[in-house]
Amino acid sequence: MEILVCVKRVPDSAENEISVASGGADISREDLVYAVNEWDNYAVEEAIQIVEREGGSVTVVALGDSDTEEVVRREMAMGAEAGLMLVDDAFAGSDGLGVATILKAAAEKKSYDLILTGAQADDGAAQVGGMLAALLDRPYASLVNKVEVNGPTLRIGREIEGGSQELSDIDLPCVLSIQTGINEPRYVGLRGIRKVASVEIPVLDGAALGVDAAAVGQAAAKVRRVDYFVPAVGAGADMLTGSTKEVAAQLVDLLKAKGGLN
Amino acid sequence: MAANVFALIAHAAGKADDSALELLSAAKSLFPEAAPTALVLGSGPGLKAVAQEVAASFPEVWSFDQETLAYPNAELIRPLLVKVLPAGSIVILPHSTLGIDLGPGLSVKLGAAYLPDVVGFDGVEGTQLKVVRQEFAGQVSAHVQGDVSKGAVVTVRSGAFAPASPSAVGTVIDKSPEAAGLSARRRFVEVVQAEAGDVDITREEVLVAVGRGIGEQDNLSLVDDLAEAMGATVCCSRPIVDAKWLEKGRQVGTSGQTVKPKIYLALGISGAFQHLGGLKGSPFIVAVNKNPKAPIFQAAQVGVVADLVELLPELTEQIQKAR
Repeated sequence: MEILVCVKRVPDSAENEISVASGGADISREDLVYAVNEWDNYAVEEAIQIVEREGGSVTVVALGDSDTEEVVRREMAMGAEAGLMLVDDAFAGSDGLGVATILKAAAEKKSYDLILTGAQADDGAAQVGGMLAALLDRPYASLVNKVEVNGPTLRIGREIEGGSQELSDIDLPCVLSIQTGINEPRYVGLRGIRKVASVEIPVLDGAALGVDAAAVGQAAAKVRRVDYFVPAVGAGADMLTGSTKEVAAQLVDLLKAKGGLN
Repeated sequence: MAANVFALIAHAAGKADDSALELLSAAKSLFPEAAPTALVLGSGPGLKAVAQEVAASFPEVWSFDQETLAYPNAELIRPLLVKVLPAGSIVILPHSTLGIDLGPGLSVKLGAAYLPDVVGFDGVEGTQLKVVRQEFAGQVSAHVQGDVSKGAVVTVRSGAFAPASPSAVGTVIDKSPEAAGLSARRRFVEVVQAEAGDVDITREEVLVAVGRGIGEQDNLSLVDDLAEAMGATVCCSRPIVDAKWLEKGRQVGTSGQTVKPKIYLALGISGAFQHLGGLKGSPFIVAVNKNPKAPIFQAAQVGVVADLVELLPELTEQIQKAR
């Protein structure tokens, strides 16, 4: 099984306070901690586990710049044989369709049986996998939390509302977006990173990919972010302040008053 | 801008989902002039009931009754919609597990703009549809605009639009023959219900909920101690279940349990909409998080910016003394 996994380098929203900067043109990027998109990490782990069972190889691909290489290497260190970077100034400002168009070109460089993405990334759009499948005219399933290989088909589970699991059979080749919790991504140690440090990661630009420059980037984007903002909201929570002891005492009084101590 | 506006109605067991009236209200706020059409797909008497129900709010209902559509498989629905929708249509879907499955590919096949997980509309200017979204797990919002001259697929977040009240007397148009002979390279097998856990958090009145902010698995004992002192039950957000620290039956959220406690103590939970979607009945929410920007502080009545590892032992001790 030849598997391509699409990954993205994102500000880790669990580790960062995200705030709006430059009058809404961007978020404040100073001191941000970046990491691989959490969903993508599960996708890479799933690909590696499939290859461990079925044979084949895993390729990790990312759009981005030189900063992205670190993320690609980290994911390769989990057990992916190859990496691929798609870098071109013309890609900047691409919308979801633009990103999917670039990934499609990369996916067509080799005959992949299975393409995985994370279910969503930092913008919460959950769109690139489904668009890529449509562009490649391959079957698609989103929010996948189980993959079992049965010859030319996969038995897959999708996480649906209420935590139930929808089981389907899907024909290969196909595209899946992977939900968190499908597996337990392995720990990547320094040794693992060192092992892949010297592996050459090909860098392809638009010309090498055969991507029509007019079909990607800011100019081609049907969908654009105008600005970031912090919405005017209601009063929000009444914030308790003071020392740990003082805050705890206030909480005890509150919980008592509201019937929170059974 | 005149537009053909369609809304896909999710339904189960012969009843339309709550999202149906929210989609109608979204459609009306988008294009006040348009008469939105409801798309109802399925099979048998249950489908007829849904079509009739929806006709009490949408002016027109397109009903597709086929055995193959008995379970909503996006891989079947997508080519059907591509076939039957007029060019340039605006299609509104719930941002549900079906909408997420169907929407991105549908936009590609229709040549339409894709605007996912929309929480508000800012109007239409020329060919630009202006919407509000959230990014970075709800920490910031964004104005986004899409060129809808070739149509659009919009998915709408649950709860973002107040349900419209039933008003129209709609016509049901049977479009079943158009859906004949559908097949897909993804075939539905069955739904496996979530397994019941050792506790039923949906019946508890006081819940202590723990999220990613707890940091390490070892720190969960601090949460257990607090819950025990309070006489409360421990539940959690998704990352805790993903990490296999607690069982799935304790997860609150759209992909977990829907709870309706009186008191909800949210510890290290950021407050993503998927989590808050599982919290009903207007509980009194107390949130503790080290990130003052966490969206949970907008949902909570009382908040504390603190490190759980410091605060929890002190709180537990004071509760034990107070009893």
